[in-house]
Amino acid sequence: MLKKTSWLLATAVAVTFGGVAQADWKPSKPVEFVVTSSPGGGTDNFARVVQSIIAKHKLMDQSVIVTNKGGGSGAEGFIYTKMAAGDSHKLTFGTNNAYLLPYVAKLAYKADELTPVAAMALDEFLLWVKADSPYKDAKSYIDAVKAKPDTFKMGGSQSKDTDQTLTSLIQDATGAKFIYVPFQGGGAAGVQLAGGHIDSNTNNPNENAGQWKAGAVTPLCVFSPTRLQGNVKVTATMGWSDIPTCKEAGIPIDKFQMPRTVWLPGGIPAETVAFYADVLKKVSETPEWKEYIERTSQTDRFLGGADLKSFIADDDAKNRKVFEAEGWVVR
Amino acid sequence: MDNFASLLHGFGVALTTYHIILMMVGVLLGILVGVLPGLGAPNGVSLLLPLTFTMDPVAAIILLTSMYWGALFGGSTTSILFNIPGEPSSVATTFDGYPMARQGQATQALTLAFLSAGFGALVGVILITVLSTWVAKFALRFSSPEYFAVYFLAFASFVGLGAASPFKTIVSMGLGFAFAAVGMDTVSGGLRLTFGFNELLSGISFLIAVIGLFGIGELMITMEEGLRFDGIRARVKVRDVLKTIATLPRYWVTLLRSAAIGCWMGITPGGPTAASFMSYGLAKRLSRRKEGFGKGQPEGVVAPETADHAAGSSAILPMLALGVPGSATAAVMMGGLMIWGLNPGPMLFIERPDFVWGLIASMYLGNIVAVLMVLATIPLFASILRIPFAIIGPVIVVVCFIGAYTVAGRPFDLWLALAFGVVGYLFKKLDYPIAPLVLAMVLGDKAEDAFRQSMIMSRGSLSIFWSNGLVTTIMLIGLALALGPVLSTLFGRLTKPKASSAVA
Repeated sequence: MLKKTSWLLATAVAVTFGGVAQADWKPSKPVEFVVTSSPGGGTDNFARVVQSIIAKHKLMDQSVIVTNKGGGSGAEGFIYTKMAAGDSHKLTFGTNNAYLLPYVAKLAYKADELTPVAAMALDEFLLWVKADSPYKDAKSYIDAVKAKPDTFKMGGSQSKDTDQTLTSLIQDATGAKFIYVPFQGGGAAGVQLAGGHIDSNTNNPNENAGQWKAGAVTPLCVFSPTRLQGNVKVTATMGWSDIPTCKEAGIPIDKFQMPRTVWLPGGIPAETVAFYADVLKKVSETPEWKEYIERTSQTDRFLGGADLKSFIADDDAKNRKVFEAEGWVVR
Repeated sequence: MDNFASLLHGFGVALTTYHIILMMVGVLLGILVGVLPGLGAPNGVSLLLPLTFTMDPVAAIILLTSMYWGALFGGSTTSILFNIPGEPSSVATTFDGYPMARQGQATQALTLAFLSAGFGALVGVILITVLSTWVAKFALRFSSPEYFAVYFLAFASFVGLGAASPFKTIVSMGLGFAFAAVGMDTVSGGLRLTFGFNELLSGISFLIAVIGLFGIGELMITMEEGLRFDGIRARVKVRDVLKTIATLPRYWVTLLRSAAIGCWMGITPGGPTAASFMSYGLAKRLSRRKEGFGKGQPEGVVAPETADHAAGSSAILPMLALGVPGSATAAVMMGGLMIWGLNPGPMLFIERPDFVWGLIASMYLGNIVAVLMVLATIPLFASILRIPFAIIGPVIVVVCFIGAYTVAGRPFDLWLALAFGVVGYLFKKLDYPIAPLVLAMVLGDKAEDAFRQSMIMSRGSLSIFWSNGLVTTIMLIGLALALGPVLSTLFGRLTKPKASSAVA
């Protein structure tokens, strides 16, 4: 009898507390989605997809306003978030630039002044060459670059950002030497490759998918521990899953991926963080999200709490090593 | 001919009552957004974007593009009436549009602006219809050296414009380059000229500069001159609109040339703003009435407006076919495409012909709807000028500051706009030209990026600028335009002494 009562009591307590934890905090006014890229960029797309899913499935009672603060490679948005310390109605969307930007430029924020909420996907990187180039696999391309150092042009988005970091990693791992040409974004780097003005790029799947389908560029390998998902053929003969991993193809880089991250300002109570993490988790379980992931060929991986913290620490350390070796770190 | 069959099919998709209503709503909203400086087309379109998530892609893009057309038209209205460009691309329209308005020809200026804009847009759309495949291939031939050559061409066509001394032009242009350099640099990833101000990280918004230099600067001058708008109290007659329409064919050379410049700059990512400046510069150079420019020459309104809209509509093509937007607004729309589940790029034409050709058909209809609607608003806008300055002056100040705030929602920008207002006032007082500053601000950082990317590619050798036929041709035309005035003066000086010695 006693046992049963205590069990009931425990359940009641759990339910009450559970319920309280759920209802503890809710946005009391419209939530601002701060996008750390200009309209049309990858981060903008990410935030707006989340916004549209929240609206469609009514995952929040309050409405969402998206503002773009993409100045200074996104630093504008992160500084804005830092200034909003204690404001529970600002959710900031970025990539690993949130914690990497302060290394390469003197900025008025530090990564620990932001509160990580979740990472919702990992964007992949591939090595692409022009479709009519003589290189059919990564090894033959890298060998050609090695044979003539400082003549092959690798294009990428921005300077001292993911693409240049990856280029630096490839150079370290293989001994090849590229001329790195920074463009305004991955889209521009894609078109430059299709036009034959550069020899290769390391674009995300989404940035080059159209050109690949049209037969202008071709992927050599993907910087992921496993092959990409998706059995549909993109071209007549190849689909995403037919692309070898770079490790298979002879470039000893295990993985290079970019997390799509969501942040809150500093000084936010844990239950608020939990509320948003929960909403984003629900977003990541909708068919619309799966559709977005598939369309952009990213890897679906929801990270929150301790997993997220260790992921960030790991990614941060890996990138910092490259930055230090290249002498990009500002003091 | 394939394209025509597709276009007819597109009209079938676009021509529904629902879509026509959307067009009208879009155009109206666009005019409103365009009239308010600061709240330009890119901002307007991104505000409207969330509403389209649940719409069918064709309906959504029709709404957004119609808003774009409306904003482009609305932007010219304030340029002409108040010397405040509602859109960056209508800065060049102020040069002659505002003087025309001050001479009591506001109606004529507005009518000319709208009609030539409509003409430009139509040429742009026809180009897309007929040459879409070719244009997409041609655009692929452009890399950094070619981009630099295009920007160089735009600068070159503008050199030697205006009556100001070359020294003052260079000072003004130099300031423009300096303002353009503020913020994070793409090529090195470093910060420049931010002086520790976080607000300067993203650079100085061109819109803020324009609001200050033109809007606030102009108001200061007006106040000094006696608190009224001179001579723009002419009555608006519908007959004036019709009469002006009848004069339009007279400017056919300017119209065709400007439309060609516009299409060229829309396809190569020079964009509408550069197109309107370049077109104005060339119109002035090639005109027989050079002295009239800047004082209310009708061609000075026709040229930038035609080019602006031709560029605005042809900029849609690189966005659809390559996934590279030709203008800021096109960039926002491209984001929209991706959210509606479409992938901009070479395959869009093949995978979603309904969408692409529906959009192109809607561009024809949308522009016709827009021209008719703005023409109908002329009496309304022109009558604003009859309101006494004591009322309209403060309203303009308020609108300017609201505009400056809406650009990015930062109080800092208000101070910046005020500072630019003072600069604008001083420029006018000291007779420095503002136009070179504006042009350098718009194209400065793009030209710089393109130049430095070229230098990285060629490992520091300038020979990359004549490494292929395309870039060589553009550079040569640019050099000819830049050196033309200098050479002709030199030539004049060389021949003159000879003539006098012959007399002696």
